Amino acid sequence: MSAERPQDTPNGAAESTVLGKRVDRRRALSVLIGGMAAAAGAASACSPLSAMTDEEKEAKRLAWREYIKGNYRTMTEAERAETIARLEHLAKVKQGTDVTIQSTGAQPGVVFGYAFNISKCQGFRSCVEACINENNLDRRAATQYIRIFEMEDGVIDLDHADATFQHEVPAEGHFYLGTQCFQCADPPCVKVCPVGATWQEPDGITVVDYDWCIGCRYCMAACPYWARRFNWSAPEVPAAEVNPNQHYLGNRARKVGVVEKCTFCIHRTRQGRLPACVEACPTGARVFGNLLDPKSEIRWVLANKRVFRLRRI
Amino acid sequence: MHLKPFALSALQLATSGGRRYHLWMGSLTLLMLVGAYAYSVQLRYGLGVTGMNDHVSWGLYISNFTFLVGLAAAAMMLVLPAYILHDVDFSRAVLMAEAVAVAALVMCLAFVVVDIGNPLSGWHLIPGIGYLNWPRSLLAWDVLVLNGYLLLNLAIPFYILYSRFSGRQPSKKRYLPWMYVAVMWAVSIHLVTAFLLAGLPARPFWNTALLGPRFLASAFTAGPAFVILLLGLIRKETTYVISEGAFSKLALITTVAAQINLVMLGSELFYKFYSPTHHGINARYLFFGLDGHNALVPWIWTAIALNTVATVALMIHPIRRSHRWLMMACAVLFVGIWVEKGIGLVVPGFVPSPLGEIVEYTPSLVELGVTAGVWALGMFVLTVLVRVALPIELGEVRSPYIQEERVERIVRPRGTRPQRRDDRPVRTR
Ligand code: SF4
Repeated sequence: MSAERPQDTPNGAAESTVLGKRVDRRRALSVLIGGMAAAAGAASACSPLSAMTDEEKEAKRLAWREYIKGNYRTMTEAERAETIARLEHLAKVKQGTDVTIQSTGAQPGVVFGYAFNISKCQGFRSCVEACINENNLDRRAATQYIRIFEMEDGVIDLDHADATFQHEVPAEGHFYLGTQCFQCADPPCVKVCPVGATWQEPDGITVVDYDWCIGCRYCMAACPYWARRFNWSAPEVPAAEVNPNQHYLGNRARKVGVVEKCTFCIHRTRQGRLPACVEACPTGARVFGNLLDPKSEIRWVLANKRVFRLRRI
Repeated sequence: MHLKPFALSALQLATSGGRRYHLWMGSLTLLMLVGAYAYSVQLRYGLGVTGMNDHVSWGLYISNFTFLVGLAAAAMMLVLPAYILHDVDFSRAVLMAEAVAVAALVMCLAFVVVDIGNPLSGWHLIPGIGYLNWPRSLLAWDVLVLNGYLLLNLAIPFYILYSRFSGRQPSKKRYLPWMYVAVMWAVSIHLVTAFLLAGLPARPFWNTALLGPRFLASAFTAGPAFVILLLGLIRKETTYVISEGAFSKLALITTVAAQINLVMLGSELFYKFYSPTHHGINARYLFFGLDGHNALVPWIWTAIALNTVATVALMIHPIRRSHRWLMMACAVLFVGIWVEKGIGLVVPGFVPSPLGEIVEYTPSLVELGVTAGVWALGMFVLTVLVRVALPIELGEVRSPYIQEERVERIVRPRGTRPQRRDDRPVRTR
């Protein structure tokens, strides 16, 4: 099965004009802040500011700055650097982890695509495991981006497939099909988001700004591949297992009440590495690469193999 | 200005009443407190305390939301015959209908707020400081039309009541144009909400052209049915006279809409089941269950039975004309539509998932508590609005600053027949 191929001109252009008119959020929010300050004053009666250590005060201040920041797309480079510094500091304070959050942008001349070989996959789910570790997925809710469906030979019928199999694989007379976010060309989830918290990057990756998402879950209803996950409770990743190599639009710490999804391991792929699932697969069932590079493996597969798109709408 | 006495009178009216009134308001307050507690639990631990999950990502809250948008829309569409066709019998019903619209909208907005995972980021929706993805996102449309509709429905009755309160005849020239706008707007809020669901090809259960019209038909059934119940209650509990004409007209509207609603349900069923395709799988889950999963089956058949029985009953003239039976039929219809268009519409859209996985949904206690609280809030708002609006509309409560003789000319003694509007003295400057 082949990847959904992003259009030649992804929505990037349209988006930047829509969001192009920059707002002085700080000034606009000053009114809001006045009201909030009063509320905060009332709240601090419970935990008097004077009783807080300097560190706690600093954390509170940073959390507040985080609360009033804007959509990632409207931030200047300086603002992005500031928020990243704050987030890194907060990770240190909250969990004692030293994380590095990148904001690497899409590389010119790159549109990512991915293909999955249903003849090769044996249902080991090494990719699922690797994805969980790489992307700091919530361990308590056992969030998974990748789903491996076991089906009887002969027909692709997801309605009678089993994604929760717990037996020795590969099972006799069965084959396996993996799903995750395919980074659609014209993503239905992007269109429906009321606040523009999710969008497609120029390299075809659809991302979520976790700090801008309001958690309405409209995008989950719109996704034809059931690729989006919601943080129903505060996500938990043990400090020792946190992957410190993070991206603002990727595997950084998420919070309760927001949506997340597969980003083709944006923190790796934008630096020229393969996604974790591709690297982890022992059978080589996963092919990933730059669709615009005629010499890439994915282009070779698309040109020389019998491929199809997994359509759900 | 009569603003201060207006507010004071309103407050006084809302807080005074017989024992039963206080009992009613007391119980509602209690329920609201329960809801507030349940919501505080949800705020602390996240939406994980509800029955929703990654598969069924909308549940009871959004179900109630879609239903209540219909109630809000239908209430306002009743205004049409009253003000535009100059049907005087109707005028009181209309004021009630507007109160229903406001209460329903308050509930709608409350259900959206409690459903949102990150309500503190609500400001992200405000154009200017945030970013509203309009016109691309149907949810952005919904935010706009619902709030606009709320404004209209607050402003128009306020103008009318405030004029009466200050002893002036509300000027038709001023409010009638807005009334037309509001009626049109009512259609739009319901269509937009239907399109919000119908616009998702990933969910074939909703992705049908009939969804919008079906929404309107069911709204036109449940809305007037609710107004009939409300008027019946007012008639029983207070001394206000509500004319037979209002009842019979509302009953007729309800009956016709209920019939249309059933016809649409029938064509939907035919389309989904005569030549079943893969896209009918959600309907199969809803009506017959799938592989032993059938949580919604009893609900939907009960709803259909209620709808059918009530619709048939309403078509029989003696039943429709008898007060007791009419009330009963309307109550049955209201519940039937609430199930059909609430849980029975939203949840099956998610089961099975687009990848064919079946995960069922049962609301949690917290969710039920919040839902009860929001309904109590709506009923509270409705009661207050009705309690304040009726005496003012009837001229029993007036601003103390109006000159004596003008009051006398307008006030109608309790228990007498309402005067025809044309006979009322027109204030001359
Ligand atoms: S859940 Fe978040 S990303 Fe998804 S539509 Fe709502 S605001 Fe947008």
